[in-house]
Amino acid sequence: MLHKRTITELRTGLQKGEFSAEELTLYYLERIEGNARELNAYITVTADIAMEQARRSDRDRGKGVAGPLSGIPIAYKDIFCTEGVRTSAGSLMLDKFIAPYSATVVEKLSGAGAVMLGKTNMDEFAMGSSNENSHYGHVLNPWDKERVPGGSSGGSAAAVAAGLCAAATGTDTGGSIRQPASFCGVTGIKPTYGRISRWGIIAYASSLDQAGPITRTAEDAALMLQVMAGHDAKDSTSIATEVPDYTRTLGDSIKGQRIGLCREYFEEGLDGATEKIIMEAVAVLESLGAIISEVTLPNTRHAIPAYYIIAPAECSANLSRYDGVRYGYRCENPTDLQDLYKRSRSEALGEEVKQRILVGTFVLSAGYYDAYYRKAQQVRRLIKNDFVEAFKEVDILLSPTAPAPAFRIGEKSGDQIAMYLQDIYTIASNLAGLPAISIPAGMNGQLPTGLQLIGNYLDEARLLNVAHQFQLQTNWHRLSPPEGGP
Amino acid sequence: MTSSPRQEAGWEVVIGLEIHVQLSTNTKIFSGASTKFGAPPNSQACAIDLGMPGVLPVVNEQVYPKAIAFGLAVGANIETCSVFDRKNYFYPDLPKGYQITQMNYPIVRGGQVDILLESGETKTICITRAHLEEDAGKSLHEDFPGMTAIDLNRAGTPLLEIVSEPDMNSAAEAVAYAKHIHQLVTYLDVSDGDMSQGSLRCDANVSIRRTGDSDLGTRTETKNVNSFRYLERAITYEIERQIAILEGGGRIIQETRLYDPVRDETRPMRSKETATDYRYFPEPDLLPVLIDQAYIQAVRESMPELPVAKRVRFEKEYDLSAADAIVLTSNVQLANYFERVAATGGDSRLAANWVRVELLGKLNREGMELDDAPVSAEQLGSIVTRIRDNTISGKIAKTVFDGLWSGQASSADDFIKSHGLEQVSGADELEPIVTAIIAANPSQAKQYRSGKTKLLGFFVGQVMKETQGKANPQQVNDLIKKLLDN
Repeated sequence: MLHKRTITELRTGLQKGEFSAEELTLYYLERIEGNARELNAYITVTADIAMEQARRSDRDRGKGVAGPLSGIPIAYKDIFCTEGVRTSAGSLMLDKFIAPYSATVVEKLSGAGAVMLGKTNMDEFAMGSSNENSHYGHVLNPWDKERVPGGSSGGSAAAVAAGLCAAATGTDTGGSIRQPASFCGVTGIKPTYGRISRWGIIAYASSLDQAGPITRTAEDAALMLQVMAGHDAKDSTSIATEVPDYTRTLGDSIKGQRIGLCREYFEEGLDGATEKIIMEAVAVLESLGAIISEVTLPNTRHAIPAYYIIAPAECSANLSRYDGVRYGYRCENPTDLQDLYKRSRSEALGEEVKQRILVGTFVLSAGYYDAYYRKAQQVRRLIKNDFVEAFKEVDILLSPTAPAPAFRIGEKSGDQIAMYLQDIYTIASNLAGLPAISIPAGMNGQLPTGLQLIGNYLDEARLLNVAHQFQLQTNWHRLSPPEGGP
Repeated sequence: MTSSPRQEAGWEVVIGLEIHVQLSTNTKIFSGASTKFGAPPNSQACAIDLGMPGVLPVVNEQVYPKAIAFGLAVGANIETCSVFDRKNYFYPDLPKGYQITQMNYPIVRGGQVDILLESGETKTICITRAHLEEDAGKSLHEDFPGMTAIDLNRAGTPLLEIVSEPDMNSAAEAVAYAKHIHQLVTYLDVSDGDMSQGSLRCDANVSIRRTGDSDLGTRTETKNVNSFRYLERAITYEIERQIAILEGGGRIIQETRLYDPVRDETRPMRSKETATDYRYFPEPDLLPVLIDQAYIQAVRESMPELPVAKRVRFEKEYDLSAADAIVLTSNVQLANYFERVAATGGDSRLAANWVRVELLGKLNREGMELDDAPVSAEQLGSIVTRIRDNTISGKIAKTVFDGLWSGQASSADDFIKSHGLEQVSGADELEPIVTAIIAANPSQAKQYRSGKTKLLGFFVGQVMKETQGKANPQQVNDLIKKLLDN
């Protein structure tokens, strides 16, 4: 049952020589092989690279130079460029794109000894909350294969939950790490905007995109984040502040931590069973000495409209480079330049992506800019101010991660507003650039339900500490989805 | 230069220029790729310049002092906060589908220059702004029939776009302004100013109106004119075209045009190349540029002497005429060359004369640039020294100059010695020669003595002939007079 072990436990096993990195990697590759068609969590499996990296890890360990994640088999969301390996962003547009360089995150994790099992499925260009928008097909939720795993990092969350990797990377623009983590019963953290370099991560909405790990536990998240975080001269928006030792404070007592419940996040639209689970989790935290209070974020209702102006605006420019000229999909027999542009993009981009590009183009257009884009930026500032005010009173904000557990495949396909409301609790922290974590907090029938903690800027250590202390008291993160396979 | 021939016929011309100056940095504005001109196509375009997925721009900090130096030189405001924006349009030589530029918050605002008109008067031209941006690649339509080739070596080359107010009223004024800007940016080492390589390109906004009208006429923009001669021709053509249309009862269409030097006309660009709505918005991948007063002060202190100050100093320090000073300060290389000649030669007026007349004349005849001149400033200075101390006459000096030009010797002294060109100036040497010539021409001597003093020239000529031009003319004069008057 190696696939149920945490990174911490796997590290111990590797250190003690219980198994080699090669054996561990082979074990995972076989599980992926057995599961490949079923969940559709991976777009590309990189078995050869994985075995080579695993053997190198074993050699390093023999020489006593093993990195902090040496031999740990992980997966990358297929939005992280990986040198020499297809990086598709879930799109036909990049189906044949082999990245000539690796993302900084990939270089750092490889440098720490992590083994790359493959690239996980995702909503096309990270646009979606259900993983139903991938060119490579739906990803299934391992807890209920009729249901979605959430999105856009659905492949990563499903792979961690199903034991198809020890950890995975994700990106979070409006909730794309936290919501799938919640739906799949795993831990996912979106750090402060700028904490992790965006170099080599295919851009969706540049001012909101932030990478983070998806893991089984908060402790594993700390180990992963430790390696992933840090300043990068190749990303002007990355933060120069030194990265603290996230594991050092995990064991601290949370007695006296002031935790605020966002009033607006418990109002209409929240599923009753979900609310009950969250309040039980609050009671656990209270029993650990946390001081619970209620805070208000009055501009919450504007978060989704603002997001669906700013993110499409940025994506409309970010995706202009996919024009069929230099790389990526090109239509057959273009008659002229306009035809090349039109057909290449029309044929290779999915509906959701096209719709967001159109919205983004519209809100930036002359005559509409002030009414939409400028207004949305003003709202963004108000939302940020709400948080600044709230953090004068509390250390951490608490809410459900999503309004309800995983929904059925196709259930919200016809209802875009319902789909967009999936991100109602997660989007504001992207707009404000704040760190937030989702951890398993209970079961809604057979479906996991996540709890979200939002921290102040660069306060990831506190989030991980509280999450870890919660996980020491609860077993939700230890539950595994049912499976028939190996 | 000609001013518009139609200006007197009741029309007033209004011209504003946008001048794109390529900054003389080693690498591009947002990547580490080289900016060197003339490399094989696409050999200097890295992943960032190609707009590959996941790449990010990082500003080359060399561009700031250059933009600031220009701003200070024209008395502009240096903005302590400027912002990069995305300008969106599709074109194959624009890899990202947007150009990174500065729209609402340029780094330089305001400023003015005084241009020198042919009449000798000066005219003030106001500058609206100057902003940083990236150059696009090149589309090559000619070399591949039926196809377009793209060379992205130029993509990402740093540009300072200098926008003037519509303060010019003739093609001649526009050219004088463009030349002034060219002189400034080369003085400041903001740009190498090599127009044949596209380092300085002008967009001319031209409109006409009835003399006395207060409203501006509809303007056209003639883009990418890369020589002063073409600029004058393009504007002249455009003025005449617009007058002909209006006098024929037509209307000017606001449009973008290109100047075709082969046919000496402007033509509308294909409308597909001219997007109307660029959907500018702040570039989320770059932080606002913050510049403090200490930084501005440091740039100010490191700025070289500017053309006007240099001209005034030359007139004073070197006792030069205004005309000499203008020519010798027309570009900084020439000014530096002159100063070295003057320092070596010890006679600034003589040095000025030799640089202006002999050196520039020779360069002009040979079609060469100062950089290619085979006679160094020190060599020319050594010639001036020998003229000054009467070792050689001005006439012989020309022989020495030609000798050094063709590489026959490495210094004036070597050439003079090896060719025996020292001036014969000692009375001991000259007196026997003069005495002999008087004796050989008794009738002329008699005529001179009876009052026909014009014959002095005859005797001087004879002495020069005898000494092969090496005699010191002044001494010969004095000597002949002395001996004949006795």
